[in-house]
Amino acid sequence: MDDFASDTDSDYTSYWRDWFISSRGNEYFCEIDEDYLTDRFNLTGLNTEVQYYQYALDLVTDVFDMEVEDDMREQIEKSARHLYGLVHARYVVTTRGLAKMMEKFKQGVFGKCPRVICESQHLLPMGQHDVPNTSNVKLYCAKCEDIYNPKSSRHNSIDGAYFGSSFHNILFQVYPALMPQKTQRRYEPRIYGFRVHASAALMRWQEERREEMKDRLQARGIETGFEDEDEGEEDIESEEDEVDEEQDGIDDMFEGAVPAVQ
Amino acid sequence: MSSSSQAPESWISAFCSLVGHEYFAEVSEDFIEDDFNLTGLQSQVPMYKEALEMILDVEPEDASEEEEEEEEDEDEDEDEMQDGDALARGGYRRAADAAAAAAERRHLRMASDLSVIESSAEMLYGLIHQRFITSRPGIQQMAEKYELGHFGHCPRVFCHGAKVLPVGCSDIPGQETVKLFCPSCLDVYSPPNSRFQTVDGAFFGTTFGCLFFMTFPELDVGGQRPPQAQVDPSISASSPLSGSTAVGQSASLDKASRGSLSSSLTSQQPNLPPPPLDSKLPKQPDQINGVASKNLAPGLGPGNIYEPRIYGFRVSEIAKTGPRMKWLRSRPADINDLDECRIWAENQEAILHNATAAAAEAEMADSEMADDNEVPEGQIEDEDMDASSAVRSNGQHTEVAQRRKPNGRRHPQADSGAIVNGDTTRSAVRVGNGG
Repeated sequence: MDDFASDTDSDYTSYWRDWFISSRGNEYFCEIDEDYLTDRFNLTGLNTEVQYYQYALDLVTDVFDMEVEDDMREQIEKSARHLYGLVHARYVVTTRGLAKMMEKFKQGVFGKCPRVICESQHLLPMGQHDVPNTSNVKLYCAKCEDIYNPKSSRHNSIDGAYFGSSFHNILFQVYPALMPQKTQRRYEPRIYGFRVHASAALMRWQEERREEMKDRLQARGIETGFEDEDEGEEDIESEEDEVDEEQDGIDDMFEGAVPAVQ
Repeated sequence: MSSSSQAPESWISAFCSLVGHEYFAEVSEDFIEDDFNLTGLQSQVPMYKEALEMILDVEPEDASEEEEEEEEDEDEDEDEMQDGDALARGGYRRAADAAAAAAERRHLRMASDLSVIESSAEMLYGLIHQRFITSRPGIQQMAEKYELGHFGHCPRVFCHGAKVLPVGCSDIPGQETVKLFCPSCLDVYSPPNSRFQTVDGAFFGTTFGCLFFMTFPELDVGGQRPPQAQVDPSISASSPLSGSTAVGQSASLDKASRGSLSSSLTSQQPNLPPPPLDSKLPKQPDQINGVASKNLAPGLGPGNIYEPRIYGFRVSEIAKTGPRMKWLRSRPADINDLDECRIWAENQEAILHNATAAAAEAEMADSEMADDNEVPEGQIEDEDMDASSAVRSNGQHTEVAQRRKPNGRRHPQADSGAIVNGDTTRSAVRVGNGG
């Protein structure tokens, strides 16, 4: 964050918001419309949240022309960033904000899911809390429905409240077509081609939960949203074909043995 | 070859210190020199002999070795006219000159093929490495690297920075790059840095990840930091806003009340399934299926599953865009649910009991169920309901249901999951009743 302070003097005359969103580390933010920022209704309650609120707002809207000391200027600069972030959290759930964020999402600005099975699904920024200074920004993957830490430390310092805990879910409610197909494929730990009992037992249990969920959904006539509904089971095993053939043979042996015991 | 042999360090340590090769362990020369460890690699790696010499920093001037190689390398020599000529000329010379000619030929070829040999050596080293890290000294070396966090941490938020291991998704080279296995969520991730995207996953292999944690069962695989500790330093250290809001906080009561309100709505929500559930749980075993319970996917289960919310309200499962993937991060609250052998055995016992009970029923009045004293307390009611009806109608239907769903065994300490499984049995039975 120190690099902002050094940049501020030279870029002071350019549009503050342009500078802010184009500066390194702020790639996740979209630009808030001028008229959204100047509508007081949208800023309700923020004056108690942000120090030097009026100065900060002036700075963000490029009308700040007061000569102040460097220390003070830095404070205001900080407040302006905080204010921008808090307004950003409100802006991104508006129609225009969602559209802007959707574009960024499509371009993959927020990065790709690190989970191998998700196959580089694009991520969305989110916060676990709506209260500032509680947690840093996380990245949500719509394919595995899990949240990840950004890989770059410069993004790790962004407050999660600048995106909020609702935005990414609203985005998929508004643009359901963006929802990726879920996959039932998964990584199976193996030793010399053999599944490991502890993790395999857990996975069987998890897959039972999945089937229960699918039954619940099907009972209500709702699409489950999984890809290759029929081949799913086979896909799970497709990591190594050679080994799998052996493995299946072993499974068959066991399955054959179960009724025999009865 | 000449460049690496001039360097003070060996080829192996030079290779391991290259950028992007941070995950590799240094394979000991003893391991490579044992031919047994190299079984079958000769057919997988082109220019095997040269590559092996390069790895071991052996000067290839030995005449006898040359002769061996000439036989092996004939195929490769054919497409290189220069080398072929050298070979032909060498054949006409006297034995005294032969060695010198071979050396010259060697030199010529070394110059042209150095890059080929270099890449062969990397491939060979990788394949030896795959075997080495599953050996005792190798896995020990990797354990040291793991302890030092050389492989990085799981990117998943709820794994709380659990340490990961490099693994491959295939044992055949050239298929996939190296991935990172997180023992806390039993999933694989791409390395965060793109420099690892040139490292072949086969150089680590599919076996290593799991074998490692079975070799060191005492390792604490969960994240080192509890969730609270993870949040706090990030605020004080990296958030630029802590200073300004500290002032703001003291200034505004309004904010404090608002904060507490919204935090009660949002912040505590990840800790779902309510705590009372814990108190009802039966005794949790120290070990489950050969793994310490605390090391079985500690990053999964209640409290570690992301719950999508809009303005504090959970998104319903039946929504079109609702959550569908919770199963992937779930783990039974009662770890006993995973003890499949015991559940299966109990199930069999119950079926036996039902059968005997049915026999008794045929002879005696309807009240025979009280004899069923070997079935655990909690089970009796459910079991009797199923059993009596099942047997009355047709004993085989129960068996069919059991067979069709080999995993869907009922658990005596009936919890939510088990009840659903029980339902399947019951519905099958009802069909029998109808018919």
